[in-house]
Amino acid sequence: MMRAPLAAPRLRDWFHGYRAPERGAITLGQRRVYIVPTRLGWLYGATLGILLVGSINYALQLGFALTFLLAGLGLAGMVHTTRNLARLTVSAGRAEPVFAGEAAQFLLYLDNRARYDRPAILVRHLASGAQVVLDLPPGAVREAVLAVPAAARGWLPLARVMLESRFPLGLFRAWSYVVPDVRCLVYPRPERAPLPAPTPDAEAGAARVQAHGSDDFSGLRAYQLQDSPRHVAWKAVARSDDMLTKQFAGAAGIELWLDWSRLDAGLGTEQRLSRLAGWVLAAERSGARYGLRLPTRALAPERGAAHCAACLQALALHGIE
Amino acid sequence: MSTPHPLAPEQRAIAPRDLGVLIASLVLVAAPHALRMPWWLTLAVLGLYAWRAGIALQRSPLPSRWLVLGLTLLSIGAVYLEYRTLFGRTSGIVLLVLFSGLKLAEMRTHRDAAVVAFLCYFLVMTNLLYSQSIPTALLMALALLAVTATLVGLAAPQRPLAANLRSAGVLLAHAAPAALILFLLFPRVQGPLWGLPQDAYAGMTGLSDTMTPGALSQIAQSDAIAFRAEFEGEPPPPRERYWRGPVLWDFDGRTWRMGPDWYGQFEPPRGGERYDYMVTLEPHNRTWMFVLERVARLPLRARYTHDGMVVAARPVRARLRYDAASLARPAPGASEPPDGLRRALALPAGGNPRARALAADWRRGAQSDLQVVQRAAEYFRGAGLGYTLEPPLLGPNTVDEFLFDTREGFCEHFSSAFVFLMRAAGVPARVVTGYQGGEVNYVDRIITVRQSDAHAWAEVYLPGSGWVRADPTAAAVPGRVDAGLARAVRAGDPVPLLMRPQLEWLRGLRSNWEALAHRWNVWVLGYGVERQRDLMSRIGMRDADWRKLTAAMASVLGAFTLALLAWSLRRLARPDPVQRAWLAFCRKLGARGVARAPHEGPLDYAARAARRLPQADASIRAIAALYVGARYGRDAARERVAELRRRVRDLRLA
Repeated sequence: MMRAPLAAPRLRDWFHGYRAPERGAITLGQRRVYIVPTRLGWLYGATLGILLVGSINYALQLGFALTFLLAGLGLAGMVHTTRNLARLTVSAGRAEPVFAGEAAQFLLYLDNRARYDRPAILVRHLASGAQVVLDLPPGAVREAVLAVPAAARGWLPLARVMLESRFPLGLFRAWSYVVPDVRCLVYPRPERAPLPAPTPDAEAGAARVQAHGSDDFSGLRAYQLQDSPRHVAWKAVARSDDMLTKQFAGAAGIELWLDWSRLDAGLGTEQRLSRLAGWVLAAERSGARYGLRLPTRALAPERGAAHCAACLQALALHGIE
Repeated sequence: MSTPHPLAPEQRAIAPRDLGVLIASLVLVAAPHALRMPWWLTLAVLGLYAWRAGIALQRSPLPSRWLVLGLTLLSIGAVYLEYRTLFGRTSGIVLLVLFSGLKLAEMRTHRDAAVVAFLCYFLVMTNLLYSQSIPTALLMALALLAVTATLVGLAAPQRPLAANLRSAGVLLAHAAPAALILFLLFPRVQGPLWGLPQDAYAGMTGLSDTMTPGALSQIAQSDAIAFRAEFEGEPPPPRERYWRGPVLWDFDGRTWRMGPDWYGQFEPPRGGERYDYMVTLEPHNRTWMFVLERVARLPLRARYTHDGMVVAARPVRARLRYDAASLARPAPGASEPPDGLRRALALPAGGNPRARALAADWRRGAQSDLQVVQRAAEYFRGAGLGYTLEPPLLGPNTVDEFLFDTREGFCEHFSSAFVFLMRAAGVPARVVTGYQGGEVNYVDRIITVRQSDAHAWAEVYLPGSGWVRADPTAAAVPGRVDAGLARAVRAGDPVPLLMRPQLEWLRGLRSNWEALAHRWNVWVLGYGVERQRDLMSRIGMRDADWRKLTAAMASVLGAFTLALLAWSLRRLARPDPVQRAWLAFCRKLGARGVARAPHEGPLDYAARAARRLPQADASIRAIAALYVGARYGRDAARERVAELRRRVRDLRLA
């Protein structure tokens, strides 16, 4: 009796075909494909019943033949519906990080290695209801994009996806569950807030406060990989073959520390993370070098897309990892 | 789970293409009915179909619910006006065909379309109530293909129609073995389960239990097959082929009727030439079974009446097969009891004075009944009476008018007049109806007897000899029994098409066709309780009752389904040639200690392997490039695949 609370969900999982997340390409074994008649299937069955009774009543041998051919058709339909899903290979692609409140775009690759086509396969994310219907020609790979709303920061696992088919006759509904081991990083929802005033920092010791105008153009330098595209001097690039980045006197010279501990004491954790995320974006836009200091870790001042992503990831996973 | 389900049929609007296929299917299944319906109802149905097609083409809104309801009531009224009932078989089916058009008018979603497709399946069945012939079966098979393609189209809206038709064909082909298993093993029961509509057997033709002037000649204008007989050995010559049916005793001056049908003790005759044969009787909704005169062995479960008829326990409503044996020219039979003889002498009180006078004249000049019969035979031979399929109408004194005024008639006139004359002359006599002749099919040696072979003759009772056949038609028109109807009737009479002697080539064609149709009748349409038991005992299942049959059916069907599933998935177990070559490549590298990690793409893997095995660097990279090109690019040309396979095979890593 003590084990019952444990065993019952397991039993339910087994019954519904839930399974642990799987890595890599998942091929749907035929045992994973479940099948039941649809409402139309039951109606078809009832029609067959009437035809059978009519054949018996009128002793119509050709009526029997018709009834049995239709019964065989139902059977063949069942087999073909199973076949439409069985041995389908599903693999998950990378999901790019999103901000909380946006929709995570999960990519699933459906690989039809069969020589027949698999029309009208529904891919449905069960938790959110995101869904797409795909036709898979023979030997083709098609991608299904599932837009799953990301409500909270952190890791958003894809979780259970149902694949369903009613082809070819619509009399049966075959479905299978896959749980690809893929997750999407969700950044905190960025709060639009003015950047804090840059303050000298004892530890970093490098805050050189210069002019206020943060957009004062001061010159060009060679492009570096992490430079934001909005700072690339496109006109100059068009003239020469070298990638050049505009340098701004105001911001370029500033080192900014975005510090958790200097936020209002009244703010909760999520609000602090939101504000910091907003600052990270603003700082990156301004072109300044910025560092992030959280209670658990700190990222040294830097600039560029990679640094921005690292900061946002640190914020997203704060207190999680 | 609140978002609408995109595969649910009630969520999807029907596309014009699917509607087109559906209407085509409806036209196919309704076509045979349309030929039986009055023309204005046919037009109404076609109009409904065209209306819905027009709505779809012009993308106009569907008619209002009230309009459809009004049209429904109108159709019910129209059908009632035409047939005076709504619940007969024909009127019910016509109503159903009309409803199929009305259902189209309110059809919006895939679900509605699927319901109409099921209705099509049902209409296919209603066609079989009228005809189960091979052409009907072929037409209905075509209809099944169309209806099934409709369903496939509903399940896969993006697919081209040709692919859907092919899928429907494949599905039906996969369904056929299951259908065969079910057809052979499903336990047959003797129907019907409940009362049928009154017009259920309206289409069946055949001899009736009465005979009035003109009745038989009506039947005789039909080409329809009455029964077929398959003889062991040579069939009897045409003049011996008298197939006995209803025996008529009572005459009211115009109509001959059957006597009370008490069953008699069957005493097989002796002597004469014996014929063993099997009859396949078409359903005619009467109890009598036709056998060659005189029957020597009764069919199973058949009964024998006192006047020599063979009858089944129930009206023959399905094709019936039975074995029998008969003797030609047997030794004299049993004597008739006195009340039977009284009955065989009875005549209406008045009428036909000239015939009565003629009979009295014969009686006076004869010493015995036999001489009376001979006088009569001579009279018929010499009187110059004409034989015609279109006998003139007769007044109250049917016999007199036929013999002395109109002087032409069909066999019912001859036999009726003959028996009347015999009774008036004091010789017990009765009318026998049935079929005479039949045509031997030179393909399978089976004798086909048609409604046009319907015949009536007479029997007279002679002391010491019992009942003896006397055929006045044969006496008057000898050609009738030797050469069939076509040579006996006057030129210019409307003989059934296939009875005309000029069309020999047509008859040859027909012989082949009918041999095929006969096999179809026996093996498909005649597969009832008896034949099933027969077949089962032949394959070793004794006393096949419904339990054994059901068990066998379930297990064979289950095995078939598993086999079909395994076969459908079989080709998937083997990867394609490109993948096979790649896997072989991975195995080779794996054997050298460079196994592919699950996350590694082909190019990364090849790069790593090339670093580890520098001596094969070039081939490894080439193979990976070929593989990527063939698998992910558009470069799956046959030569490239062949090159990939060759390179993998020749890869040496040692």
